[in-house]
Amino acid sequence: MLKFTDEHEWLKIEGDVATVGITAHAAEQLGDLVFVELPEGGSAFAKGDTAATVESVKAASDVYCPLDGEIVESNQAIVDDPSLVNSDPQGAGWFFKLKLADPSAVNALLDEAAYKELIA
Amino acid sequence: MDDHSLLKQTPLHALHLSLGARMVPFAGYDMPVQYPAGVLKEHLHTRVAAGLFDVSHMGQIRLTAKSGKLEDAALALEKLVPVDILGLGEGRQRYALFTNAEGGILDDLMVANRGDHLFLVVNAACKDADFAHLKAHLGDSCDLEMLDDRALIALQGPHAVTVLAELWADIAQMRFMDVAEAELHDVPCIISRSGYTGEDGFEISIPSSSAEDVARRILEHPDVLPIGLGARDSLRLEAGLCLYGNDIDTGTTPVEAALEWAIQKARRVGGSREGGFPGADVILGQFANGASRRRVGLKPEGKAPVRGGAVLFADAEGQKEVGSVTSGGFGPNAESPVAMGYVPTDLASPGTILFAEVRGKYLPVTVSALPFVTPSYKR
Repeated sequence: MLKFTDEHEWLKIEGDVATVGITAHAAEQLGDLVFVELPEGGSAFAKGDTAATVESVKAASDVYCPLDGEIVESNQAIVDDPSLVNSDPQGAGWFFKLKLADPSAVNALLDEAAYKELIA
Repeated sequence: MDDHSLLKQTPLHALHLSLGARMVPFAGYDMPVQYPAGVLKEHLHTRVAAGLFDVSHMGQIRLTAKSGKLEDAALALEKLVPVDILGLGEGRQRYALFTNAEGGILDDLMVANRGDHLFLVVNAACKDADFAHLKAHLGDSCDLEMLDDRALIALQGPHAVTVLAELWADIAQMRFMDVAEAELHDVPCIISRSGYTGEDGFEISIPSSSAEDVARRILEHPDVLPIGLGARDSLRLEAGLCLYGNDIDTGTTPVEAALEWAIQKARRVGGSREGGFPGADVILGQFANGASRRRVGLKPEGKAPVRGGAVLFADAEGQKEVGSVTSGGFGPNAESPVAMGYVPTDLASPGTILFAEVRGKYLPVTVSALPFVTPSYKR
């Protein structure tokens, strides 16, 4: 199941774990990324907390945790090569995997059609 | 400030929109921050080929002595800048600073000797204040004209000279900081061999009505890409050049800002026209005794950019605050973060390690010589 937030993140939900990244629209708006900072495995976040930071040549931006949960894995590949986020934002450019505190909370997120409408 | 309708537009505004630029408010103008290529590619392209910048938001001012003698205009302007204007030859340009009584910097600018008048290019955000400042202090002896009917573009990069030589062959004879008048596509232009990127290049003042036509024709050259304000900032930062309002302002002196080179011998102690500019006592005192702080290059050790505003500490625990970063970001050619800022003079030697606070962490940064890239000016 694929879900979206109005902060331009996508979540691929498998059981109680969500793989989280930023949308192609967000990656395009940010421009070429030169730095990514990701949360450490085991750290817990509430919805809306700053979980990651991305930087383009021009500016730094926060990536918010889309739901309450605990980080189970971060994608070292985008730390080593931030351009992956621009070239494949909804694939190899994923940010982290989040074990959801409340898996039913995903129902309140946007589906793909609703997100597309948001950015239209 | 999202209401773009309140913003002023340069004569190239329609061109920016047609090129797909992302527009942002800057100094009261609706300006292109980047084009579809993006900041990173625009930056790199400028260093290997040629980039076209719209800098029409900057102020262009003509200063003419009422006596008709250029030297009277030069001596009048010297009352406001610690720079040797009288010694500036015809067809030559020089970097200058308007100083205040405290030795602070009101603006930085370019001054060209155009034979019968001086031609000034000042920052967009300061241009009205600069004009009023000039009028108040020089209005009795000089006529001043803000050239609102002219656009200003810059073509920067190693291919700039070959691109423009197709329009005016003699351009290759110009040296760094030469100023000349020539026709480009039958439009009379004022051309200087200068810029704000650390590259060889030119700034071209064009009558507004012809600016889009000239710019479009230059963009037709396969070596030329349009470049936005984003890459303009990263290019000048790598080149170690100050941005007024960030790296220099009314609270920084030329000596603190490491701009001593802009103050020629004639205006220093023992010079033929020593002092005689606002804040001379402070600035010449700092020449003699040193200033307590200095602008330096800063190279973060890790990959995280350290931005303007970051506080600098002497220790990794953030106990002893010693200065701050005034400009910082990622340097695409340096392939690393680059920054500049002010530190106490005893911590200003290259190699000194300081710590910058970024998101609650204290990241090591090394004081480094500026610029971060080797300039390729044609001297």
